[in-house]
Amino acid sequence: MLSWFLAALTLVVVVLTAVPLGRHLWQVFDDRPHPGWDPWLLPVESALMRWIGDRGQPATSAWAYLQPFLIANACFGGVAFALLAFQPAWLNPLGWPGMRWDTALHTAISFVTNTDQQHYTPEQSLGPLAQLGALQFLMYVSAASGLAVGFAVIRGLCGLPLGNFHQQLIRSLTRVLLPGSLLLAVLLLISGVPMTLAEPLPITTLEGGRQLLIRGPVALYEAIKQLGENGGGYYGANSAHPFENPNGLTNLVSGWAMLAIPAATIDAFGRFLGNRRQSTVLLLLVTGLIAAGAALAMAAELGGNPALGEWISGPNLEGKELRFGAGLTAFWATLTTGSMTGAVNGAMDSLMPLANLVTLFNLFLQVVFGGQGTGVAYLLVFMVLAVFLTGLMVGRTPEFLGRKVEKAEVVWSSLVLLIHPLFVLLPAAVTMAGADALAGISNPGPQGISQVVYEYASAAANNGSGMEGLGDGTPWWNLTASISLLGGRYLPIVALVLLADGFARKPALPPGPGTLRTDTALFTGVLAVVLLILGALTFFPVLALGPIAAGMALFS
Amino acid sequence: MTTLPAQPIFPRMPRGRRDQRRYTPRPRQKGLVRRAALQAFVKLDPRIAVRNPVMFVVWCGTVVCLLATGMPNLFGGGAENSGRVFNGLISLTLLATLLFANFAEALAEGRGKAQADALRRTQARTQARLLDPQGGGERLVDSSMLRRGDVVMVSAGDTIPADGEVIEGVASVDESAITGESAPVLKEAGSDVAGSVTGGTRILSDQLTIRITADPGKGFIDRMIALVEGAERTKTPNEIALTVLLAVLTQVFLIAVATLPPLAAYLKEPTPVVTLVALLVALIPTTIGGLLSAIGIAGMDRVAQFNVIATSGRAVEACGDINTLVLDKTGTITLGNRLAEEFLPVGGHSEVELAQVAYGASAFDQTPEGRSIARLVEQRSSVVPFASLPVALDGASGIEFSARTRMSGTDAADGSEYRKGAVEAIKGFVRSRGGTIPEDLDATYEQVSRLGGTPLAVCRGGTIFGVIYLKDIIKPGIRERFDQLRRMGIRTVMLTGDNPITAGVIAREAGVDDFIAEATPEDKIAVIEGEQKLGKLVAMTGDGSNDAPALAQANVGVAMNSGTQAAKEAANMVDLDSDPTKLIDIVTIGKQLLITRGALTTFSVANDVAKYFAILPALFAGIGLGPLNLMGLASPRSAILSAMVFNAVIIPALVPLALKGVEFRPLSAEQLLRRNLLLYGLGGVITPFVGIKAIDLAIAALGFR
Repeated sequence: MLSWFLAALTLVVVVLTAVPLGRHLWQVFDDRPHPGWDPWLLPVESALMRWIGDRGQPATSAWAYLQPFLIANACFGGVAFALLAFQPAWLNPLGWPGMRWDTALHTAISFVTNTDQQHYTPEQSLGPLAQLGALQFLMYVSAASGLAVGFAVIRGLCGLPLGNFHQQLIRSLTRVLLPGSLLLAVLLLISGVPMTLAEPLPITTLEGGRQLLIRGPVALYEAIKQLGENGGGYYGANSAHPFENPNGLTNLVSGWAMLAIPAATIDAFGRFLGNRRQSTVLLLLVTGLIAAGAALAMAAELGGNPALGEWISGPNLEGKELRFGAGLTAFWATLTTGSMTGAVNGAMDSLMPLANLVTLFNLFLQVVFGGQGTGVAYLLVFMVLAVFLTGLMVGRTPEFLGRKVEKAEVVWSSLVLLIHPLFVLLPAAVTMAGADALAGISNPGPQGISQVVYEYASAAANNGSGMEGLGDGTPWWNLTASISLLGGRYLPIVALVLLADGFARKPALPPGPGTLRTDTALFTGVLAVVLLILGALTFFPVLALGPIAAGMALFS
Repeated sequence: MTTLPAQPIFPRMPRGRRDQRRYTPRPRQKGLVRRAALQAFVKLDPRIAVRNPVMFVVWCGTVVCLLATGMPNLFGGGAENSGRVFNGLISLTLLATLLFANFAEALAEGRGKAQADALRRTQARTQARLLDPQGGGERLVDSSMLRRGDVVMVSAGDTIPADGEVIEGVASVDESAITGESAPVLKEAGSDVAGSVTGGTRILSDQLTIRITADPGKGFIDRMIALVEGAERTKTPNEIALTVLLAVLTQVFLIAVATLPPLAAYLKEPTPVVTLVALLVALIPTTIGGLLSAIGIAGMDRVAQFNVIATSGRAVEACGDINTLVLDKTGTITLGNRLAEEFLPVGGHSEVELAQVAYGASAFDQTPEGRSIARLVEQRSSVVPFASLPVALDGASGIEFSARTRMSGTDAADGSEYRKGAVEAIKGFVRSRGGTIPEDLDATYEQVSRLGGTPLAVCRGGTIFGVIYLKDIIKPGIRERFDQLRRMGIRTVMLTGDNPITAGVIAREAGVDDFIAEATPEDKIAVIEGEQKLGKLVAMTGDGSNDAPALAQANVGVAMNSGTQAAKEAANMVDLDSDPTKLIDIVTIGKQLLITRGALTTFSVANDVAKYFAILPALFAGIGLGPLNLMGLASPRSAILSAMVFNAVIIPALVPLALKGVEFRPLSAEQLLRRNLLLYGLGGVITPFVGIKAIDLAIAALGFR
């Protein structure tokens, strides 16, 4: 019962905090003055802009916006790759060597794309310099890049110019992610998360064994990991590790932090649009979807495993931290896959088939809050498609937010539909067909299929979680997952920015009685069905072969 | 409660007066189906099939299945081979899907062709007497040789060789070939409306000199023929966008199906190629893919049936998006002509005096209003003993009405100037002649205006004699049409030369949303531009030369066939019946086109849910997906076959809907969406469940396992 109450409480708090945070985000990305913040931060931001050599002019075209975004991301990734591949001795007390090139490449790409898929064990391969200088740095800038692009898309769809990427990137850091993560870090620090640069502590265990306790500046790392929807752990066990997530309070706060910014972004969208009703129905829709998913997953986990019914009854506790229990682990699994954070506080591989289905479905949809900035953008793309599909049925050229949806909009939106089949299904099929790569699968039957599909889905959706047990530290996995990571991040962003830029240049039409309104309960219902059908139709065969087949086998 | 007579809420076909009209370009329907069935096979040619991406995937699938039927072991033996009979049956259903889609398109094209032939008959080749530009006589040339700018002579009995403008002569012309109106029309040079002639019409009396205004093959009829035949049919923006979406969905499903075999192989589950092809074809949107072009062609065909010539499909679709309709009052909202109803003398003059002056002012006025004044004078003379009408008409000259002066009249030989016109205009005229304005003029003027009539002031020189009450009759049923438009979200603006009070009364009675009184041609453009600045799409009708710029400025311009050549050139559409309210019908066709596409797309995509539940459990029965067989289909093979039969049969089942168009009701967007979602969305989910189950029962009854 407690887990149901705490889960509901988390979602309610997410919706409530979305309003003030959304207001703040709107102020940050709107071009208006921001009293209270400007006097402190403008000098710093201007100095940074001067250092980059950008005069702060808004982008004049989609490519003018994308160019600095792509260059900046390439630079961030390049620096991180170098640090990971040639890990220097400085701030590296245990003297870890550099990563193998393919692991370093995969890790750099994974963190720069805001994914944080980890094909290595951090505490056994990286010192504080790499953890902070490469990974934590990427956590900040990748989340900031996502926010910048997300708000550029929102601005475009609301008819405003896209803005200046560098300015938005810097403002995301100075006004959102840095202050937010610092506050959250203090909270986590008080709750017992370590924050130190001290060397590893040798201890003697109760059994008399010798052990090295790896310490680090975990509190801030953890804060940006959750708030920036990154999800890459300081430790291999991620949020199941007592240093990352020591107790029930940190568990709840971390759960909230995953959804806080994407929920607020939806609210900010309504403020940009000047139609709060629109953002409110969207926020409720998405919250409803994640609540439904969470309810299914929690019911599945709390229901227990019938195969073990002969010996134990009660919830499915395999792969769970007893500090959190089966219910809250299932809730967290839903939040982390829905929000593209990818942090885990239990073993995803051990989830019941139904819970697995929910997590996979979340990864396929990418909009039940979705990634930092990009989640709302995907939601808007689905709205464009829903408007186009159903809008024709009112007998007018479909209109979205007062502008016509024509060929260009359909091309760029439907391109986003193609990304997942291309970067999830194709590599999964190739992997399953190739005997060599199959060596990594640790499960026979449908669960094996789920593992492989999950890995690529997590990469392409920029989530980063994994159904662990997959032997993914091989060049095959590192390289193919890198392709999915890049394809799943940059192609949709290019399409989104082109869509938004073209959209902003279209003439706005005043709404009339013949116009299809998108802020009504009816349209929101349509949107939900379009989301589920477009999401399910494409992936139904894979889901049938994976979790559905596993569930059928388990319960029949 | 009373029951209203069953009446279509919104007419798809013309009703009332227009309905009784004889449409000459009636296509011949005989043999259409047979020819379309033949064409369906011709269209199997891969060079034609490749034009439709969705159906081309089906085409490729059919080839694969036929190969698998001929050589069952081609794609692997054993479990991968589902047997020759099954492969053959699946191939047949795929072939049927292709043929049905081709048939739908061929049928629409056939109807268009028949329509085009009917139109073409009106412009059979004739010989034309071409005048030599150097003035040296004339020579006979074939009408197809005529170029824009050529000058030809036609005399009684000839067929007018091409569209043109009368530059000399007066003649009566029989235009029934294109308009269906049997009464001959007077054509004369220099006149705005009567100055244009259309190729294919016949001159009945006298002779005309005509300057050709269209190159061969570029006339309105030619453009319409190309459009209804589908030969030069360029896809409209919405159609292109939809094609893109359908192509992407097809690719998505192609990847989803193509990646299945390796995944299934991991579970040691064989995936026969024929079954995979069946799954793919079931999932891709074949229903809408197969009917998309038929919908477009049928839409053009419907426009042609309304006796409207559209220059592009784009224009018809744009009609569906119209926000504002700019209409002339006269002929559209009110019955063409105002008639003189009463003489209202002012300033102490008698009715007799007023009638005399009015008669004088109308002596040369051949407009219906002018003639009605003369008629009223004659009628009244039996009641009121008029003295002789002392208007000396010998040597007098007529002053024509112009939009600028807004009055007309007669200059008599004795120098007295008879004038009648808008009250303001006459006041100005009287002042300029040093006269005074009677005090009771304004009261009379307002009295007439408040009745919705048009007051015409009458004066001779500097003296105003009174006001003629011209009565306007609002067309019956027009109010309901404007109500429908309002529910569709279209604002109507009435333009009239009337004074604001009269205009207001008529606007209120007719139920238009807004009106511009005392409008000049420039006002038309100003109104259109103003609306367009607000981002609205504007449609307007017009006929005069001075309407041409406004017709060109409007997003959709409909010219009347009785109108000038300039107006027709500037417009997107020409109404052969010259009926301005027809724009409302075209708006409906435009909306129907979009709704039909959207509804069938939604239906097609919604169908996939049931098809999944039919085929997937059948395909993966071996790994325990049996419980997903919600419909309880007899066997895996019959399940797949049933889904494929349904997929094929649904296309011809929807052909009538595609050709006729989804019925459009003038409802708000929200109501329309709710209604169509229920019908085509929910219906699209449920129908295949019922259909596939029924087909499965039939197949099982035949003993197929």
